[in-house]
Amino acid sequence: MDLTRTEVAKAGTSRGSATARLALMAVPVAFFAVFFAYPVAAIVARGLKIDGSWQLGRIVDVLAQPDVRHVLWFTTWQALASTALTLLIALPGAYVFARFDFPGKQVLRAVVTVPFVLPTVVVGTAFLALVGRGGLLDELWGVRLDTTVWAILLAHVFFNYAVVVRTVGGLWSQLDPGQEEAARVLGASRPQAWRRVTLPALAPAVAAAALMVFLFTFTSFGVVQILGGPAFSTLEVEIYRQTSQIFDLSTAAVLTLIQFAAVAAILAVHAWTVRRRETALRLVDAATTARRPRGTGQWALLAGVLVTVAGLLVLPLAVLVERSLGAPGFGYYRALTREDGGAFLVPPIEAIGNSLQYAVAATVIAVVIGALAATALTRRDAGRFVRGFDALLMLPLGVSAVTVGFGFLIALDEPPLDLRSSWILVPLAQALVGVPFVVRTMLPVLRAVDVRLREAASVLGASPWRVWREVDLPMVRRALLVAAGFAFAVSLGEFGATVFIARPDNPTLPVAVARLLGRPGDLNYGQAMALSTILMLVCAVALVVLERLRPDRSGEF
Amino acid sequence: MAGGLAACGSSSGGDGEESGDSRTVTLVSHDSWAASEDVIAAFEKSSGYQVEVLEDGDAGQAVNKAVLTKDNPQGDVFFGVDNTLLSRALDNGLFQPYEAKGSDLVLPEYRADRDEHRVTPVDTGDVCVNYDKAYFSEHGLTPPDSFDDLVKPEYEDLLVTENAASSSPGLGFLLGTVAEYGDDGWQAYWKKLEANGVKVVDSWEQAYNEEFSGSSGGKKAKGDRPLVVSYASSPPAEVIYADPQPATAPTGVATGTCFRQVEYAGLLSNAENPEGGKALLDFLIGEEFQEDLPLNMFVYPVREGARIPEAFRKFGPPAENPETMDPAKIADNRDQWVKSWTSLVLK
Repeated sequence: MDLTRTEVAKAGTSRGSATARLALMAVPVAFFAVFFAYPVAAIVARGLKIDGSWQLGRIVDVLAQPDVRHVLWFTTWQALASTALTLLIALPGAYVFARFDFPGKQVLRAVVTVPFVLPTVVVGTAFLALVGRGGLLDELWGVRLDTTVWAILLAHVFFNYAVVVRTVGGLWSQLDPGQEEAARVLGASRPQAWRRVTLPALAPAVAAAALMVFLFTFTSFGVVQILGGPAFSTLEVEIYRQTSQIFDLSTAAVLTLIQFAAVAAILAVHAWTVRRRETALRLVDAATTARRPRGTGQWALLAGVLVTVAGLLVLPLAVLVERSLGAPGFGYYRALTREDGGAFLVPPIEAIGNSLQYAVAATVIAVVIGALAATALTRRDAGRFVRGFDALLMLPLGVSAVTVGFGFLIALDEPPLDLRSSWILVPLAQALVGVPFVVRTMLPVLRAVDVRLREAASVLGASPWRVWREVDLPMVRRALLVAAGFAFAVSLGEFGATVFIARPDNPTLPVAVARLLGRPGDLNYGQAMALSTILMLVCAVALVVLERLRPDRSGEF
Repeated sequence: MAGGLAACGSSSGGDGEESGDSRTVTLVSHDSWAASEDVIAAFEKSSGYQVEVLEDGDAGQAVNKAVLTKDNPQGDVFFGVDNTLLSRALDNGLFQPYEAKGSDLVLPEYRADRDEHRVTPVDTGDVCVNYDKAYFSEHGLTPPDSFDDLVKPEYEDLLVTENAASSSPGLGFLLGTVAEYGDDGWQAYWKKLEANGVKVVDSWEQAYNEEFSGSSGGKKAKGDRPLVVSYASSPPAEVIYADPQPATAPTGVATGTCFRQVEYAGLLSNAENPEGGKALLDFLIGEEFQEDLPLNMFVYPVREGARIPEAFRKFGPPAENPETMDPAKIADNRDQWVKSWTSLVLK
């Protein structure tokens, strides 16, 4: 009858850990309830609740409009096409980054990630310089793609190349090449070995990457607006137009709900593929799987990928830099320190300081919330509730920034949450997009920590906090830094929500760029290019530092 | 970094405390707001109020945000609703009545809402087609001067304009054509414009800085449209913002294509500091601010006898007979016109 000491301790821990997990989840749940669900609900209610009663019939009315159906159709097919094109162009890149060793690989991996964290206003401008009028294609062959759907698709590849390279390449680099070789020794041909061994291991990662690209392109805003011209409109762009220009809040609310449902469905499928991906794979250290390319075929592949990266990713950014240097003696950069620029109450250079401060605060919030959530989600036996929570944390990535921004304005304006004139509002909005990155980076690493280590520590009498500090923390420290870096870069570039809530005396870099672009005159245009270049460099430096910190087991971004 | 954050936090904390303070008056505007520091300082000194300015996106966005937050407004005075959007502000009860001191000196053609005085006109500007002087002299072509000219074959594929649904100058240009050709004629005119190769882009920035061959941004971007819908004050801006400044403006205005916009300010309905707001409104139509306007926001004053800067007279004189339209007519028809225009031109 007597329970042994171990059994008592075990019973105690499992009950304790369930409580601890709930406690851990309480903070992120509260954070999302207050700073995401409540503001979004408030703005939707403003549109659909007229004189105290819900006008749900509006949903049917709006869906019946041919214009709206056209938007839905375009949103879906361009996202499908963008995803297919991105996979086609980026999968060879994922292979090259995973399997080949070549000089400058780390820097290049950072470079291909830069577009992903740049604000769309900068990307749109940069990309226009490549495929727009007077762009490279125009100069060489007289081909112009702006205001065509091709410009949108190519820009989406530019934006999301890194998602595929990092998600698929990260896993690919850790697959043991020995397994495929073993299959060949056993008589399989090269394609057979690939199809039977590598492909099944890789498929869930490809699916997850494809779904993320689909999510980002389905909700595309800046790219479609800048490159597509007025004839093309995604759901997100239409929500913005209805809210911000036409001021038809009820149509905007219906479209928000439609997008919400679509995003939730995408995320549910994503969560399912991610879970499938966590089936035990024999993973090895990425450093041991890459080697110098051998033979003409491999060298040609490497060259092909490098040319694609140079043409599609580096070139638009280079044109941006070139335009920022248009005035002699770094004139546009020097103008940034002048107070009489006209566009601002402060010299534009101060936007850099503001952005860094906001991004640091947003990173701290995102890392705390994200780390708590990831820790709570670590356990594999997590129930359906916890899995739902996992998907919920991703929702801010797919909900219209303008909805969140307007929601903040009308929901967070009363005590005890009167934050509207507080500086913290901007970091809070930025942290919403940062948290998913933190969770997705940390979760795989935390899940890889051997559960028995934690149990042993508990049995030996360590408190949950001490278990975390002494067992988990040392193993996830690098992942934590990578997560922080990503949250930082994403916060730095966040534009959609910030532009609605940033205070005019504290503009962020992307807001300053947009405002400078909005004024006539060479000096304003040049300063916008110079600020964009600075923003790009800051992001690039942050990402190069991250490359040095890459954890042994890569996350999902 | 920590020091910077602390500083950032404490200054905003201070603002929070001051918001209930009757010595601070907050002006909400769009992000084209600009004024000389010494002019604001002089007002602060004479009135005893500290002025805080909240710039809130482009003109349409700022109005919409103000309407959304009207029960608990972000400030005391809103500046920057123009005649094309005035009805949205008034119908939603954004403003409370106040007749600013000096209203009698506002030129009569700019006054609106005369019975209730919910808004005070502050400035005016013309939306006009701008042309690239270099292009027309190189091609030995006379620049267009009127709406009729724009559909002539010699100007085929030369004009770029903005989406009337999303851009204030785009809407202004549409209203100009409605005023010129009437409720029955404007659609036929736009069909001709379309047949003549008009290009429509979403924003003024894109039209002016990317597509237009005459602006400094457009030159860099190798813009190939020598005609653009912009403002009558864009040519002086091209001179003033250039370094070094050229002797003449590189662009000109087709004076027969102008539509007049008037911008208004008003006391917000639930202002925390209505007294300060009233003082601010008086100031906005006072001589000092009115004469400070042009070089800051590239618009014209509405006050009788206010001085207009030399560069404006030289490079961008106001149009003689711009198209205008009664705000009430705009209010009744705007959404319908924009909708028909969208299906006519964009689809």
